[in-house]
Amino acid sequence: MATTMATAILFMGGLTLLIAAALAFAASRLDDNADVAVERIHRVLPHTQCGQCGFAGCRPYAQALVAGTAALNRCPPGGEATIRALSHLLDRPALPPDPQYGECGPAAVAVIDEAACIGCALCLHACPVDAILGAPQWMHTVIEADCTGCELCIAPCPVDCITLVPPTRETCA
Amino acid sequence: MFDLLLIILATVLVNNFVLVKFLGLCPLLGASTRLETAAGMSLATTFVLTLAAALSFLVDHWLLIPFELEYLRLVSFIVIIAAAVQFTEMFVRHASPLLHQVLGIYLPLITTNCAVLGVALLNTHQSTRFVEALAYGIGAGLGFCLVMILFAGLRERVDAADVPAPFRGAAIALVTAGLMSMAFIGFTGLFRA
Repeated sequence: MATTMATAILFMGGLTLLIAAALAFAASRLDDNADVAVERIHRVLPHTQCGQCGFAGCRPYAQALVAGTAALNRCPPGGEATIRALSHLLDRPALPPDPQYGECGPAAVAVIDEAACIGCALCLHACPVDAILGAPQWMHTVIEADCTGCELCIAPCPVDCITLVPPTRETCA
Repeated sequence: MFDLLLIILATVLVNNFVLVKFLGLCPLLGASTRLETAAGMSLATTFVLTLAAALSFLVDHWLLIPFELEYLRLVSFIVIIAAAVQFTEMFVRHASPLLHQVLGIYLPLITTNCAVLGVALLNTHQSTRFVEALAYGIGAGLGFCLVMILFAGLRERVDAADVPAPFRGAAIALVTAGLMSMAFIGFTGLFRA
């Protein structure tokens, strides 16, 4: 009885160890190389999701950078620090910020004038980082901690009640 | 050679795993709402079926039977199937990250697909050579592919059709699967296998 148990445990232990070794080997060979690179590049971008680089967010820009189809100086909120980091990671020469994609201006956050807000919910959908609190026919307000100053909410507002004000933190390098 | 082709043909049509043996119904109903998803899912399952059938036959033939450990068959087969699915998931993620994202949870769920364990266990009864076991696995996979793709095509049309309200969704899908099963049972007696 004890020997049967010992044999069973030994056999299952040995089998699983063998399988684990085979899987570990396969995992090291089948590593998703493209994904790892995109993730590394994505981490140094400022994540404002403003779309000023011409891509629909920071991750598509990171993918284009890895694929080599975009220049690394297209991110205004990232500024020169991001350009330097990207140049270091991609092993490409650093370039001055491209003014065609926007200026790296002083940091700002959006503020909704509550007296003018009509609760239309158009700015809720425009915000790429979901920093506006509210619902249709209820008051809207911007959560300053989440706002990246991408300015995408300013255009949809039909009563122009959103303005940019200096934040209490730095976003632009 | 001819008997291997016969095994494959019999498993695809006469003893179809999904419609005649009623194994592997979860991915059939879960991953068949779109044709592309169904095709990807059935390819992944075929890969797992072939790999698991081959590996479990080898372990059974070289380790379990010589050392009189047949009572460990079920446990070892499940471990082997889980490893094969893990490997398949790694491979799918490497080859097509989009397919991997689309399949989602259904890829690891192939581990619990009773067709995979069914092939492994049935091989212990009826296959005496490695190539027979492999042919059985390939046949099961191809049969699964055929049914998934046919069913997904049918389902896309049925979902767009004017179905009575109580029948919409899973109900009409199951009725369709039942009708397909009756059609496949018509293959019985195709040849004496």
